[in-house]
Amino acid sequence: MRFSFIELDARGRAFALLDGGTGGELCGPFERIESPWLEPQDVVPQSDDGVVVVRGKLDGRSAVVIGIEQAFQGGGIGEVSGMKLATALSLAARDSRAGVPTAAVLLLETGGVRLQEANLGLATVAEVCSALLELRALQPVVGVIAGMLGCFGGMSIAAGLCTELIMTREGRLGLDGPQVIESEAGVAEFDASDHTMIWSIDGGTQRTRTGLADVLVPDDVAAIRSAVIEAVGCGVPAEHRSQRIGELGALLAAVDPADPPKPGDLAAVWGRG
Amino acid sequence: MQTLNFEFPADRPPARRAHVGVAGSGDLEVLMTPGPAGVARVRVRTSVDGFDTVWRVVLERFFARHRVAAGFELNDSGATPGVVTLRLRQAVEESMEEGSA
Amino acid sequence: MSRGRNWIRALADGEVSPVVPSVITADARLGEDVARLIAVVPDPGSPYHRARKGEVGLREAYALAEAVAGVAGAHLPEDRRRPIVAVVDLPSQAYGRVEELLGLHHALAVTVDAYARARTAGHPVVALIVGTALSGGFLAHGFQANQILALNDPGVVVHAMHREAAARVTLRSVAELDELARRVPPLSYDVADWAKLGLCDDLLEVGNADEPDGADVRKVKDALVSAVARARRGPRDLSNRLTSPGARRTRGASLRVREAMTAQWG
Repeated sequence: MRFSFIELDARGRAFALLDGGTGGELCGPFERIESPWLEPQDVVPQSDDGVVVVRGKLDGRSAVVIGIEQAFQGGGIGEVSGMKLATALSLAARDSRAGVPTAAVLLLETGGVRLQEANLGLATVAEVCSALLELRALQPVVGVIAGMLGCFGGMSIAAGLCTELIMTREGRLGLDGPQVIESEAGVAEFDASDHTMIWSIDGGTQRTRTGLADVLVPDDVAAIRSAVIEAVGCGVPAEHRSQRIGELGALLAAVDPADPPKPGDLAAVWGRG
Repeated sequence: MQTLNFEFPADRPPARRAHVGVAGSGDLEVLMTPGPAGVARVRVRTSVDGFDTVWRVVLERFFARHRVAAGFELNDSGATPGVVTLRLRQAVEESMEEGSA
Repeated sequence: MSRGRNWIRALADGEVSPVVPSVITADARLGEDVARLIAVVPDPGSPYHRARKGEVGLREAYALAEAVAGVAGAHLPEDRRRPIVAVVDLPSQAYGRVEELLGLHHALAVTVDAYARARTAGHPVVALIVGTALSGGFLAHGFQANQILALNDPGVVVHAMHREAAARVTLRSVAELDELARRVPPLSYDVADWAKLGLCDDLLEVGNADEPDGADVRKVKDALVSAVARARRGPRDLSNRLTSPGARRTRGASLRVREAMTAQWG
């Protein structure tokens, strides 16, 4: 029997991935470390600022799972939520250097920088990327994009830095969300109401087929947990996707930007069909 | 955004604190902490202004049935009275369960 | 007019060469170092039609990563590795369909990775903001630097999204947004406000930010020399952004998170 992962909130997801009874939350809701920038703008804060950090064991190994709550402010990254992400990654790196290898799992459901905290959100996303890279050299950092929101904006760059990226068919990954592109570039460039087109570009199936994500899993707690355990078990690869500059050049060279392939043909064009 | 404070008579101390929900569209977050004896103290922060009376009626009705002596912090993002009552009931149920964190 | 191009030309000691038409590099003497300067500039003829005005698109992200990774350093002792100066003047990342199709998020990750790797390998990485530094474009080109310098000039803007779009997304008028920014510093489009967030290591007064003269160039070069020295003395991660005096004033919540989580982590 399947248990939906997508139906869980960020906290439920984080605990569900870890070995039963091993998870402990850090800077949880009762610490009440809220964003200081929302109330002055008449926005109701959330006691955990929409990021859940749970430390525990993953198949017996030390791990930290960091979940972004998509229901709060569209998973937007503000000062507090971003700093929770960056600090957890840095502490995992510190432990890994000190002889306690600690992998990280990121549950990425986010529209990117929270615009109510604009410049501090942007700054913390840069700090998240830096901390992620620091840990990634020592231990795997596994990204999971299960849905339904997807992973966009600055945090999609963090997704691109992950050791391994796991998606479901319901997950989406892209730099700019459909509405943002449509309003910047016009409906002829990107029609945010054309769901078939959007999923054919951003969807988990397409991103794994084209090699921009690694594993496609069904929306099932056990399946996602197994995929995460397997990804962590593979350890740190000799070279990460985001280090392969030459490969990026080759992928771009294979496509004529004035006459790009249909999304369904891209995997074949890239020799990944 | 509006902040509202209420107090209701209460005589049942909860076993432990509880946290449910999220301050996302149409929903609310509830933090419940064992508090002063004899009173349920409620602070509501809501994104929708001008519903003081509705809040009073909904909370009065709830705390007349569940006389839980605790502090309640509600971070509300436009939840309906039905959702508010549901979340409060979940928080109370969670706080009465023995065991887990 | 491209401030990025003008400043690279002004600072360069020698030729300015394109990696691709929209990404240019040059060398500049900074004290005893020869720094590599890198900027994204407009390319009206780009085949990527959404990346013709200086946006960081697919081709720019790739070329930036190539340029950064190409700054040789492995043979030098770590404390003598060459400085890299990201000259920042970019409207944003490129918003477009082919960009999403081919994975601009991945291309920007490649750029971020290259900058962060240079920094951790000991190259002093300095961002010099001479124009606009917006959103994902700035995350890729500039925000991984050890040190960030900015010109104190009305044409210099650092932000997560340009004014009109931010107003639209947050359901406010531009006037309301500006009014709010007076009370909520991270919302401000004024570079002097941005500098107070603790992210700016030096805010520089120049005579002409569009077309720098000799005095402007000398001043900025001196500031770059100091920034390189600070980068060499400082940490190779970004922790200095939280220890700056500005951060102590405005990023109290960040510090609280870091202290609380470190204590609970054990």
